[in-house]
Amino acid sequence: MTRKTFLTENRSIFWFLLALAVFTLVVTVLSTGAGTGAISTSFVKTLGRTLCLMLVAVAMDVVWGYTGILSLGHMAFFGLGGYMIGMWLMYARTEIIVAESLAAAAIPPTPQEIHDAVGTQIFGVVGASEFPAIWFFASSFWAQMALVVLVPGILALVFGWLAFRSRVTGVYLSILTQAMTLALSLYLFQNDSGLRGNNGLSGLQNLPGLDAVPQSLVSIWFFWGSAAALAAGYLLFAWVVSGKMGSVIRGIRDNESRVRFLGYHVESYKLFVFTLTGIVAGIAGALYYPQAGIINPNEIAPIASIYLAVWVAIGGRGRLYGAAIGAGVVSLLSSWFTSGGAPDIPLGFYTIQWTDWWLVLLGVSFVAVTLLAPKGIGGLFDLMGRTHPVMPARVGGYGPDKGARRKSEGEEEK
Amino acid sequence: MPRVLPIVFALVLCACAALPGTGRAQQDDAASDLQSILQTHAEEVADPGRRTVGAVIDDLVASGLPSAATFLERWADREVYLNTEDGRFYYAEDEGETYALTNIATGEPAGSAPEDAVEEIRPNGGVRRVIGSALVQFQLSDPDPAVRSDALDALARRPNAEQLAPLRNSIEGEQDPAIRARKERLAAILSARFADSTEDRIEAISSLASGLSLEARASLSQILETQQRVAESLPEDANIATELEPGSDALPAAEAYARLVDEGLAPAAQSREEIKAALTANLADGRVGGVPVGQLGTEAGRARAYAALAEAGTVPPLVTDESRAEALASHVFYLEYDEPDPAITDAARTALDEVETRVFLNQMADLGLDALSLASIYFLAAIGLAITFGVMGVINMAHGEFIMMGAYTGYVVQQIIPDYTMSLIVALPLAFAVTFGAGVALERLVIRWLYHRPLETLLATFGISIMLQQLAKNIFGTQARPLTSPGWLDGAWVVNDVIAISNIRIAIFVLALIFLALILFVLNRTRLGLEVRAVTQNPGMAGSMGINPDRINMLTFGLGSGIAGIAGVAIGLYAQVTSEMGANYIVQSFMTVVVGGVGNVWGTLAGATLIGVLQKGIEWFNPSNTLAAQTYMILFVIFFIQFRPKGIVALKGRAAGD
Repeated sequence: MTRKTFLTENRSIFWFLLALAVFTLVVTVLSTGAGTGAISTSFVKTLGRTLCLMLVAVAMDVVWGYTGILSLGHMAFFGLGGYMIGMWLMYARTEIIVAESLAAAAIPPTPQEIHDAVGTQIFGVVGASEFPAIWFFASSFWAQMALVVLVPGILALVFGWLAFRSRVTGVYLSILTQAMTLALSLYLFQNDSGLRGNNGLSGLQNLPGLDAVPQSLVSIWFFWGSAAALAAGYLLFAWVVSGKMGSVIRGIRDNESRVRFLGYHVESYKLFVFTLTGIVAGIAGALYYPQAGIINPNEIAPIASIYLAVWVAIGGRGRLYGAAIGAGVVSLLSSWFTSGGAPDIPLGFYTIQWTDWWLVLLGVSFVAVTLLAPKGIGGLFDLMGRTHPVMPARVGGYGPDKGARRKSEGEEEK
Repeated sequence: MPRVLPIVFALVLCACAALPGTGRAQQDDAASDLQSILQTHAEEVADPGRRTVGAVIDDLVASGLPSAATFLERWADREVYLNTEDGRFYYAEDEGETYALTNIATGEPAGSAPEDAVEEIRPNGGVRRVIGSALVQFQLSDPDPAVRSDALDALARRPNAEQLAPLRNSIEGEQDPAIRARKERLAAILSARFADSTEDRIEAISSLASGLSLEARASLSQILETQQRVAESLPEDANIATELEPGSDALPAAEAYARLVDEGLAPAAQSREEIKAALTANLADGRVGGVPVGQLGTEAGRARAYAALAEAGTVPPLVTDESRAEALASHVFYLEYDEPDPAITDAARTALDEVETRVFLNQMADLGLDALSLASIYFLAAIGLAITFGVMGVINMAHGEFIMMGAYTGYVVQQIIPDYTMSLIVALPLAFAVTFGAGVALERLVIRWLYHRPLETLLATFGISIMLQQLAKNIFGTQARPLTSPGWLDGAWVVNDVIAISNIRIAIFVLALIFLALILFVLNRTRLGLEVRAVTQNPGMAGSMGINPDRINMLTFGLGSGIAGIAGVAIGLYAQVTSEMGANYIVQSFMTVVVGGVGNVWGTLAGATLIGVLQKGIEWFNPSNTLAAQTYMILFVIFFIQFRPKGIVALKGRAAGD
């Protein structure tokens, strides 16, 4: 009998990290910045962004697939992380540019003058020049880095505390998280929100002080960073959902009342998972938006969070690798179809242009997956060999709750 | 004269043909009358003076001749000429050597006269003003109500002191009650500002306090207009509105100091840019006032350099914060009324306060109507959702797209049936039928397989929703399509200057009421309603009683979707039809259902009312920012759920499902 360890219990960790490492290596070798140049810089950025989306999808799987909370707000945490990093990037870079132009004057500029000029530069577009209070830390890299974690974390904590303590569950909770997302995006759309309204923050792809470094190299750095974050996030969440902690949160999903009667403080577990995944989503966003170059309130709109749930469902809930694969496959396919990469299909009487029909295809395939293949893409791995070391034959669903795992979704990863 | 003869001849012919017997006699009469009045006062007409002209005008007005008004007008415009040959007055036009004359009474050509025989009459400015107000009086007494109304409009736009007397005079003879009331109001407004005695003005001002028209409010605030002034100490004799504290919201310190500078009471403060410019100008050998340039990158270094320059006398001394505070403290700032008499401004202030209180109350009533109309829209949009959610525990994310489908149905019907009323009558049931069918299809194909899995249903219906949205975009394009309302729905119901509501909104309100009644009837009085309620409360027990829950679910889903279609037509009438219109309402509909409580029509009604009132209320506090209104409303809903997690009207007992 082999000894049970964290890694032998979670075989997917090994395979996932191996695949990720190979993928990173291949992309690095083929990239423009560090290899042969077979992959363009913009595609490296797309791949790097996809890795960030995979990370937030893994977080979403923990909160939905394992804990049974269908959160429609995790892309808001993702966007907040992006805003926090964006504030520093924008401030620091504008400061360098402004300092250069002011240095040309006969008299050296005072720090206050530079600060004011940066304010005029950044907020001129919304007709303001004063720095709002929320930009207080923008000049400090480390403070803003801390905010990447703190802002989504505290929002998730406060919101989760309010929602869980009043025992809002199921569909109500989903609608409530969606309302939170909508409120946040509407707030950010205002010009006087202090974050440049619908202009958002831009020019984030330029790292301050690194103008000499070509974008091809910056893109591969961010790609590595995203891959490392995904690997770390995967390990973290695999650890969270395994062991006793994992059993409790899965119990909450399948039969919340019973877990409560057994003496566990259900609300604390939910709050922990909700906040932790919110923080990871924020970090993923902080890695995503420097690669995207721009962030605006549209990115936080409720639809983004719904897409996140769709990726996880298509990939297969309750399997961390499933969520990651779902996010990767659907977002890459989506950019392939919508960028006009897919060939049109002439039907004689009508030509199907994928830019117009991709969303229809996505909607139909999503409904089809929900109805016909609840295991999602991840279920394909069950076809390969033995599904699990010791798998008892299960009779019926996993629990009486409406969000409980169904038998048709297959055995989950533990 | 030879040229004139044929014209005269032709004229005579025309006149004979057109005006037989009596008509002609009358016209001659009138002509002689106007001319004879003028002849009586020939001297005053020919050389009018401000004092003497009154008699002429009085006679002209008294005659009541329609041609008198025209005469006054042209007189003021310097188009009246005296023909010295016959001593009569004509309108004339310069034709080089001669003037073409026109009879002042009939407006017909009256021959011509040599240049030196006619004399242009040039009333001076004062006379023209007298004539002008006399003209107003003519217009105010014109037999045509439209002319009188126009004259009043002109008066209200540019009120001045001269018009008061003629306006008052015209009230007596006014027959039309509406115009008479308007005249009285205007007379009050004018006398509030221009009457001669203080008593008259105060009386007029207090009579304005009972109205709420924009005109009255404007005239009161004009009386209360103030000028901001500054002095060493408060003047004794001035009519002072209020004293201003520098540094308060009404008068920021910077603005107050700028005012002192404008008045020459204090030296201008140097801004950071000015200091920098002064330093730059005095830069020499890498030093400014003995301070090396390298040290000028700090505020302290700059202050030192500037102080050195000021001491050398090259720049004016720095105005420090202390000296600014001192200057502000040694002066008083106050608002002074333009109107010198405090009795009048006090009366106007009281009147305006009274009017504003009434305006505020009316605005509240108007806001209430707006909120009610918004609530009825939310009710229509959400009731279908509430029914399906209540009965089946299913959230239908495609509900918004059913609204859109209904609106597009209305649009397509309008393309086929051009008559707007007819097309609306066809579109309403058709929209119901189309979305009913779509709802039943959705239930049969998707939702049936996902019972007891509400989260999956939510996502699956979301898939349907993006599919339908994209399909609508592919079929109808991305631009907004108009759904034109019939003519009888245009316009608005105007109660007074403040309260008004458009007819479409009234119609939607009525539609919502009809649906409320209809749904209550179906649920409480029909077999279907009984079965629906049974399935809502306990599907298993309902099944054992012989009710087919499957069929009920299908019909309920169809009904909910059908109502969404009708809501779509209603919303399309006042908003534009786009593929995204449903998405704009879906979140509000969810809020309505969640706040109201599930599975109860009254709950949805309460939820819709709360959300509508709340949204309008928040918008009222911050009218420029509807985004903020929505944000705060959502935050409110999130907090509301803390206290009533099951909504306003919560089901109790086993039906609640816990």
